[in-house]
Amino acid sequence: MTRLPKFLLSAAMVATMATSFSAVQAATPPDTLVQAWQIDDITSIDPAEIFEFSNSEIAGNTYERLINYDVKDVSKIYGEVAESWKISDDGKTYTFKIRENKKFASGNPLTAEDVVFSLQRAVILDKSPAFILGQFGLDKDNVKDKIKQTGPYEVTMEVDKSYAPTFVLYCLTSTVASIVDKKLVMQNEKDGDLGYNWLKTHYAGSGPFSVRDWKPNEVIVLERNPNYEKKTPLARVIYRHIKETATQRLLLEKGDVDVARNLNPEEIAAVSKNPDIKIDSAPKGTVYYLGLNQKNPNLAKPEVRKALKYLVDYSAIADTIMKHKGEVHQAFLPKGYLGAINENPYKLDVAKAKELLAQAGLKDGFTVTMDTRSTPEITGIAQAIQSTFAQAGVKLELIPGDSKQTLTKYRARQHDIYIGEWGSDYQDPNSNADTFAANDDNSDNAKAKPLAWRNAWDPGPLTAKTRAAVMERDAEKRAQMYEELQKAVLDDGPFVVFLQKIEVAAERKNVDGFVMGPSFDTNSVAQAKKN
Amino acid sequence: MASSIANGGGGHEALRFYLTKTSQFIAVLATTLLGLVAVTFFIGRVVPIDPVIAIVGDRAPAHVYERVRQELGLDLPLIQQFWIYLKKAVTGDFGNSVLTTNPVMTDILNAFPATFELATLGTLIGTIIGIPLGVLAAVKRGSLLDQFVRFIGLAGYSIPIFWLGLMGLLLFYAKLGWVAGPGRIDVTYSYLYTPVTNIVLIDTAMQGQWDAFWDAVSHIILPACLLGYFSMAYISRMTRSFMLNELAQEYVIAARVKGLSEFRVIWRHALRNAAVPLVTVIALSYANLLEGSVLTETVFAWPGLGQYITNSLQNADMNAVLGGTLVIGTVFVLLNLVSDLLYRLLDPRTR
Repeated sequence: MTRLPKFLLSAAMVATMATSFSAVQAATPPDTLVQAWQIDDITSIDPAEIFEFSNSEIAGNTYERLINYDVKDVSKIYGEVAESWKISDDGKTYTFKIRENKKFASGNPLTAEDVVFSLQRAVILDKSPAFILGQFGLDKDNVKDKIKQTGPYEVTMEVDKSYAPTFVLYCLTSTVASIVDKKLVMQNEKDGDLGYNWLKTHYAGSGPFSVRDWKPNEVIVLERNPNYEKKTPLARVIYRHIKETATQRLLLEKGDVDVARNLNPEEIAAVSKNPDIKIDSAPKGTVYYLGLNQKNPNLAKPEVRKALKYLVDYSAIADTIMKHKGEVHQAFLPKGYLGAINENPYKLDVAKAKELLAQAGLKDGFTVTMDTRSTPEITGIAQAIQSTFAQAGVKLELIPGDSKQTLTKYRARQHDIYIGEWGSDYQDPNSNADTFAANDDNSDNAKAKPLAWRNAWDPGPLTAKTRAAVMERDAEKRAQMYEELQKAVLDDGPFVVFLQKIEVAAERKNVDGFVMGPSFDTNSVAQAKKN
Repeated sequence: MASSIANGGGGHEALRFYLTKTSQFIAVLATTLLGLVAVTFFIGRVVPIDPVIAIVGDRAPAHVYERVRQELGLDLPLIQQFWIYLKKAVTGDFGNSVLTTNPVMTDILNAFPATFELATLGTLIGTIIGIPLGVLAAVKRGSLLDQFVRFIGLAGYSIPIFWLGLMGLLLFYAKLGWVAGPGRIDVTYSYLYTPVTNIVLIDTAMQGQWDAFWDAVSHIILPACLLGYFSMAYISRMTRSFMLNELAQEYVIAARVKGLSEFRVIWRHALRNAAVPLVTVIALSYANLLEGSVLTETVFAWPGLGQYITNSLQNADMNAVLGGTLVIGTVFVLLNLVSDLLYRLLDPRTR
């Protein structure tokens, strides 16, 4: 007993010293790319259900779709699993010829049967992203008649109206239309669930990589798919969930990860001085905006809506708080989309805003609240807006809240102003037009609740125009219709769009070929390598 | 109690005593847990967060939203929802987590060992260093050592743990390279062993994967020392004040008068008496760490219970929050029981 404390003390010291010397200094293996990323949004890796940022990227690298688009020029659509396709003269029947000799990672051959199964399955399971396919009049009851196998390597799909072909094709490039291995999935079917409970956490695809392991909130491990035609340079890609951005930076600078995905603007500025690190970025199909609730009598005045558009210091936000992570953009269609207009008519102009407020009978300004998610970025932007609003006498009170909380309030139309992000659901302009410029029913118990509805805005004739644009089969005319829609919303809509999101990745110098596309499912590691 | 004394008969009395104790314990456990479930459940239901969005996301069409709402039973009256939950919970079914889609119990069995490993090591370090330091500070009251111990205690109370964690990483990991970085084990080693207990140090050692074991040690040592530091700050401060109290007692003077060596007086007599309240202090500090040290777990990317519950809370994943709260509650009650038993062992008067 008497000697115990001394003994324990020295034992503890020896143990500490021993471990510090044996610490392994592991640079990542040359055939493995390790990424630090916040992946806690992943709740499923079944393509029929995938709808979040991180798992879209995983799906993009592990599954193939019928068709896809060129990340450098999104107007170029090419066949992935499909070799070619034909559209009937009435625009209602799409016939796809499937590539022969393709195999899934499991070794099973990929045929028309798998394609039909995958698309039908997505519609029948009816998870959140299923509406993307449902837009063409497909539902649980009719999908077996509408999507059919017409040959060992031929599939036809019937849509209910003669939509713009670009609309239908772009929708088919989204992850919900990924091709799954029917044989493997059905081996794991239970109680007629079409393998849903299994595929949620397992993999059955034909992409460049296969998913070897997913531990929620911890790690996703991708492994080279030996059956993929173009062998990937990397044997493995590991995504580690690192919530804290400062920790991501440390791991990157130390070389324990090759890519850090969530650094904040100051951290990006700091690591870009490190000669071993380079910065890569790509504009994404996401815009930041303020939603002005039209139930608020002040915000419902057209002059006030316009005045607020003159009370945001767009360039200051893009150059400071959101440096590297956003660029000024004011139309609801992000740059890179069919018909997007990239001119930004508004800038901070307090005198003009005051004049407009006076016209609205609010010479001395007014008080209004804004529901603000408590993230450093959103809070920073909100405070900047608060100070410019104040210059014209508009007193903006910020109500901080957690993201799900502010969203719940927004969805119930109980906000004054909501500061939010909107990412397109699919690569077609209809995705954004449908939510920013159309509202079929503005009553409280409407069935569809687009952003226009959430802000209690009736866009009048714009709704019909949005519906017409999706039917316009002439691409040029179609683009023009979207330009007009954007101009109308820019001029009078209850949305102050101020920024387009840029995604930034900080990479070790030896990383090459990690491609970031316009959407998350086009962030590709298929040809990435380490020199 | 009185009746058992009246009945006499040593064996019976002891048996009866333990039976009463056990039933008392079970009653306490049941009431505590029931209270916990009720409070957490109703708070979870009144917060202005829509749990359906957590599952279907913001973009789901109206019919998908409505279907999930009904699946969750959210259209039923609150009391009925609670009753359904309770019935399932009794059978060990806490529902599925929205975030991970696993049964909540599976998730907790994954997350808890990570926290347990870290907290146990942290408490060990804190106790082994904290007690002797506290004793010495009390004995050499006012000396440089005493000042030092008080300074450490103060610093441990006032420095934010995430800041210290990041600084620790910066120094020992980034600059000096003495320890490995955030995470439990390097990816290179993570597939060399099969998780059995989910306590990496034990799993790797049992399977003889010594490279993996040492890698895990180099990962855990920094966060464990950090937690150890905070528990040491607390334990040494309390030890000091308990010892000061004991050293002023008459029996200490008596022992000294009898000519016992100073060493014996301090370490054998005074410390043994101070040990009784110290057990509670250590158990409390251990329970604190077992709750999951959220900030430490975040900075060190440690997939433990604290991170799990916080993350679930932020995502309105109420099943996971409820399950996690229950586990913490159980741990607290159990630790209380253990410290109660240790009390009896150390202090004959409480028997």
